[in-house]
Amino acid sequence: MSIFVDETTRVCVQGITGRDGSFHTERMLAYGTNVVAGKTPGKGGETVHGVPVFDSVEEAVGETGANASVLFVPARAAAGAAIEAAEAGVGLIVCISEGVPTLDAARVYRRLSDLGVRMIGPNCPGIISPGKTKLGIMPGDIHTRGAVGVVSRSGTLTYEVVDQLRRDGQGQSSVLGIGGDPIIGTNFIDALSAFEHDGETEAVVLIGEIGGTDEEQAAEFVREHMTKPVVGFIAGRTAPPGKRMGHAGAIIAGGRGTAQEKIEALSGAGIPVADRPSEIPGLLRRSLGRGHD
Amino acid sequence: MKIHEYQARGILRSYGIPVPRFDVATDAEEAGKIAESIGGTVVVKAQVHVGGRGKAGGVKLAEDPNEARRRAKAILGMDIKGLTVGKVIVAEAVDIEREYYIGIVIDRSAKRPVCMVSEAGGIDIELVARVTPERIHRFPIDPLEGMTDGAAAELASMIEPEPEIAERVADVIGKLYEAFVGSDASLAEINPLVVTPGGEVWAVDAKMNIDDNALFRQPEIAEMRDTSEETDEMRTAREMDLSFVKLEGDVGCVVNGAGLAMTTMDLIKFYGGEPANFLDIGGSSSPEKVVAALDIIAGDSNVRAILINIFGGITRCDDVARGIVEALTRRPVSQPIVVRLTGTNESKAREILAERSFAAAETMDDAVQQAVELARGRA
Repeated sequence: MSIFVDETTRVCVQGITGRDGSFHTERMLAYGTNVVAGKTPGKGGETVHGVPVFDSVEEAVGETGANASVLFVPARAAAGAAIEAAEAGVGLIVCISEGVPTLDAARVYRRLSDLGVRMIGPNCPGIISPGKTKLGIMPGDIHTRGAVGVVSRSGTLTYEVVDQLRRDGQGQSSVLGIGGDPIIGTNFIDALSAFEHDGETEAVVLIGEIGGTDEEQAAEFVREHMTKPVVGFIAGRTAPPGKRMGHAGAIIAGGRGTAQEKIEALSGAGIPVADRPSEIPGLLRRSLGRGHD
Repeated sequence: MKIHEYQARGILRSYGIPVPRFDVATDAEEAGKIAESIGGTVVVKAQVHVGGRGKAGGVKLAEDPNEARRRAKAILGMDIKGLTVGKVIVAEAVDIEREYYIGIVIDRSAKRPVCMVSEAGGIDIELVARVTPERIHRFPIDPLEGMTDGAAAELASMIEPEPEIAERVADVIGKLYEAFVGSDASLAEINPLVVTPGGEVWAVDAKMNIDDNALFRQPEIAEMRDTSEETDEMRTAREMDLSFVKLEGDVGCVVNGAGLAMTTMDLIKFYGGEPANFLDIGGSSSPEKVVAALDIIAGDSNVRAILINIFGGITRCDDVARGIVEALTRRPVSQPIVVRLTGTNESKAREILAERSFAAAETMDDAVQQAVELARGRA
């Protein structure tokens, strides 16, 4: 098992004829992802890396049975693309697009909730279940199949942590980046809950950062609902207040959302918090009651 | 993006919210003329992007045009929390019977906008939230339905007892939501909303922040950016689409990805150094971005060592390596550079950098330690 996606996931790529869409479709195919369709209006009938392109997601779903969609569309078109995919009947949307207006994200989330469709992102690297499938832009080769679930608000920091896990010989069940925006579809609690119920996952790494209160709520959830060990890391201890640190959501506003608050909340819930990414593999081993093999 | 009070007032007025007469002045004479045309008592207010303008002496009443001139003269050029006042507004003063707070922000947990109202207007709302949170009423708004008349009326009735005036307050609440959505704001607040002894309702102060991600569809608001508060390095970063925040330390860093960039700063601190900046070159990075980034960092006279930390995913390490070589060819950098490149096309990058004498590091911990030591050695 793994969470949200596996080898049976049939993927549609929206924006497949664009530069990023085409590039990552090739990489996803090379990883073994079941990319069955692409969508770009006006390009129906073409193929990209052997994948048939359709004018609408509805057609793509009808012809190929796609049940998930990855969005590589410009930010201004992301809301429309996500709602189109949801209405066409896919169950999972992974929105890679960066720079989606916050109110668009709010409207999309509201509409998708009505339709019962999950969204990961926007502004995220996507999700990978190593050895099975990847829906996103993360480098596939650093991931190895195993029992650690990873959920993160970041992209490259997640790769850094996964690479540390790989060097330590700890594979992953699923790794997902939930995105750095103020409003995102899938949050920490959604991912933690899925990892808790996933048979393949034995422990979880939660990588948070300054801004908002998602980590605090996650800590509460872990305390009340999780039996599997969780190890945490929070980026932005040295971030000054009031400044947006790259991600639209990474900002200490009105004195709230500091790394210190989040570290205290996680520690208070019994979650060991690493000072450095390189401490994460060791903390995981300790949580699982394992020394070095 | 922050906009000034006078710009926010203009937006609110365009949505039909009652805003007292005002205009903007950049010198004392102009301020006097505005006061003359308004007549009666006016308020002169500094236009800078910081809170606490009143406490800093940047907001003053003036009973006649001459006093308005004197007040404007004193306020213009004043330093408020490091920013020099270049503009004031001169606005009609209104009599205050009661003062309310009305604001709309994005509630990240609820994933929708939330309207907040309080009968404790005219004071710092964050203070009210800390000390007497029960005095703030919150109402989440369905982003597909918008603010209904019923919701606006209910919110207004929570703060205003007189039904006739409450109707006016409700009208302002509805229009504020329209302005919030129509401007793609991340925050819109009126503090205070004043009720006069005669029962009139006026938005006496206005604050709006605009979602940077939506500026592409808000061309008029995008034009409102005040670049006078921007340094050269901030401008270069914005134009080159780099996320950059200047800090006070001496270890400069160039990183790809916001989370990794923050972690790099945190590690610098962990190993006893002080980061000079946050800088994220973003995802699909071109050599030009690396050139611009190195330009900004190397140009900071506080910087004693530079750390380049790249985890290649979509960012190709060879692109970054080419950027580094190009930057150093165009502009000699006096500070020592530590490079850590790993991931996509890592070996190609090593070949490109082989001819140059950089301190190369395998891991992030190693790279940060080297950079901190180099900076210390030059202190």
